[in-house]
Amino acid sequence: MNKIILVAKREFLTRVQKKTFLLTTIGLPLIIFGFYALIIYFSVKTTDNFRIAVADKANIFNNKIESKDSEIIFEFVQADSAALPELISSKKYAASLYVPASFTLQGTDSLQFKSDKAVGLMTREKIQRRINKALEDKRYEALHISKAQIDSLNQDRDLIKFSTANGKTDGETKVGVSYAVGMISGFLIYIILFIYGTMVMRGVMEEKVSRIAEVIISSVKPFQLMMGKITGIGAVGLVQFIIWIVLVFGLQFAIAMLFPSLTESMQGQPIQPAGMQAAQAVKTSGAMSGLMSGLASINFPFIIGCFIFYFIGGYLLYSSLFAAVGSAVNEDPQDAQSLLLPITMPIIFAIVIMTKAVNDPNSGLAIFGSLFPLTSPIVMMARVAHGVPDGVTYFQLALSMVLLILGFLGTTWVAAKIYRTGILMYGKKITWKEMMKWAFKKS
Amino acid sequence: MSKILELAHLKKYYATQKAVDDISFSIEKGSIFGLLGPNGAGKTTLLRMITGIFYPDSGEITLDGQKFDPINDIIKIGYMPEERGLYKKMKIGEQALYLAQLKGLSKAEAMEKIKFWFQRLEMESWWNKKVEDLSKGMSQKLQFVTTVLHEPKLIILDEPFSGLDPVNANLIKDEIYGLAQRGCTVIFSTHRMEQVEEICDHIVLVNLGQKILDGTVSSVKQQFKENKFRIQLQELPANLNADSFELVDQKANQLTVKIKEGYKSNDVLKYFLDQNLSIEAYNEILPSLNEIFINLVEGSKSTTRAFQNIND
Repeated sequence: MNKIILVAKREFLTRVQKKTFLLTTIGLPLIIFGFYALIIYFSVKTTDNFRIAVADKANIFNNKIESKDSEIIFEFVQADSAALPELISSKKYAASLYVPASFTLQGTDSLQFKSDKAVGLMTREKIQRRINKALEDKRYEALHISKAQIDSLNQDRDLIKFSTANGKTDGETKVGVSYAVGMISGFLIYIILFIYGTMVMRGVMEEKVSRIAEVIISSVKPFQLMMGKITGIGAVGLVQFIIWIVLVFGLQFAIAMLFPSLTESMQGQPIQPAGMQAAQAVKTSGAMSGLMSGLASINFPFIIGCFIFYFIGGYLLYSSLFAAVGSAVNEDPQDAQSLLLPITMPIIFAIVIMTKAVNDPNSGLAIFGSLFPLTSPIVMMARVAHGVPDGVTYFQLALSMVLLILGFLGTTWVAAKIYRTGILMYGKKITWKEMMKWAFKKS
Repeated sequence: MSKILELAHLKKYYATQKAVDDISFSIEKGSIFGLLGPNGAGKTTLLRMITGIFYPDSGEITLDGQKFDPINDIIKIGYMPEERGLYKKMKIGEQALYLAQLKGLSKAEAMEKIKFWFQRLEMESWWNKKVEDLSKGMSQKLQFVTTVLHEPKLIILDEPFSGLDPVNANLIKDEIYGLAQRGCTVIFSTHRMEQVEEICDHIVLVNLGQKILDGTVSSVKQQFKENKFRIQLQELPANLNADSFELVDQKANQLTVKIKEGYKSNDVLKYFLDQNLSIEAYNEILPSLNEIFINLVEGSKSTTRAFQNIND
């Protein structure tokens, strides 16, 4: 035990003291955020004062198109369709909108929009929205429908109250938030497994590459060395992750403060897959005002507790497998690729099940995925986010945890045996078949 | 003298090879012991069993009078394997400290001993250097220090001089003598027979997983001597016609003779004395370990050791 700590301490310190650690831990999020901030800034930013000349021959708009945004200005001009291009080429206007005299609100004629250069996606969307809104209002007006009537028509969206049998409300916001929380935590565990699993593998290869394995093995049992490495690197991962989380939240907050107008548009941006889906989930669930109540309905201490459990369990389960592979390969990292496939497959499989489970936490596939130890760390997070016992029963949760612990003990046992033999092997290319032979031969 | 290590009927079979096939021998305390054998003879497997890296399939290891316990006896053994290295990115001082602590020393103890050894081998200025800055010989020296740092009772050195220049090799050799004098036992595994001849008290030769020779260096030489003598004369006799010996080789005034059965070395001397020839030198030619080694190993096809099927 003492030696495991010694090994872990070295693994931790040598990694944390490296300059690259500081760089990746603090620099990377800053760079990524700076990058996204720039993208968002430029995509949201429209050309200054996009002036559009509107020739309304049919007098549909009554000389007025509502434009909250000062950047897009609709100006009504008395001009023929032939005269409009001149207005554009004289640089007075950036674009023109021609409403033919035959245009009616009920008709199928189209409006002609011409600009001197291609219009950006965001601007185009804004223009479209303004014109459509104006047209829509006019249509209602033509049908003698008042604003209040329209609002009352839209009201029945909240008419159906979803709730579970035991009386808990099951509103869309709550489902949306659960969806987002499940998705994000599932993806986080997925990323953790990959990043730190590979780190463990490289760490194990270090002994082989530097040829120190036999020296170390003569003073430490291979199992102690392996566990020391796993715990040391796990600690590095934990520290790194905590720093990242703090940074991400801090930066998100900072961006929101710096560009208040951007936060709304950011929701549509592909910041990260999970974030995007989460944002969309919240969007489709309707009112943003309900978000807070949705968040409040989630038992965060419980989710975080589960997250930590599945984070550690999943990491331990997979890192020992990664360590086994690391011990079997030689200096050539290419060898590792083919050996890694059987390990990466269940992780990818788990993420697929997770995306299903987050929609339907009680499907057969989701239940299987959340119990099977190789997939449960990722899949169970999706179910747990829907709460207990709505998303998952207490029995299933307990069973999944027990199975994960057993799975972890099992993979560690197998990995330790592979590791023992592999760590002293040089120059030979190892296959999974041979590794299995090492694992199951009597010691 | 008591035994530090006793091996009794050790066996270790791999899937395709009997790596160690029933080997027994014992090593006396304070001696320098040579474990010899061609490549693939099973030396490394044997050493790995002694250091607790491998468990023998059968047989017993007794260390210092007690049954060998791989977990608790680590501190008693210092092992420098043939395939050795150091953590390249680690500072030398930290590395020595880490390795010593892994052996079971406390931090304070380890520091004290590192300081002692670094001073002794003039390595103090290395402390904050990284291993990548060291030459091969320097890292070899560091490996030696980390092997003996915890003052183990049994030190196992596999090819300790490879890559060392003569000056540093002598330095390490002197340290090995010093350690043996202070009661440590050294197992020394190598192919370099002249080093064995120079350093070792006792040798064991293994081949094809079996022990084929066991004894002190001088007794082994006696065992394999061919009763050859070299005699240097001021002038050569007109003709050589003696019952006691036959001429094997002749170089100028130097004759190599082989004594016939039933005669003693003095009979040769007597023959030349009787002829009134002045003798300048007379000595016995003992076979070198190198010759004995090659004689024993050659013809056993060990150099192309075939893979065999083990069915039992």
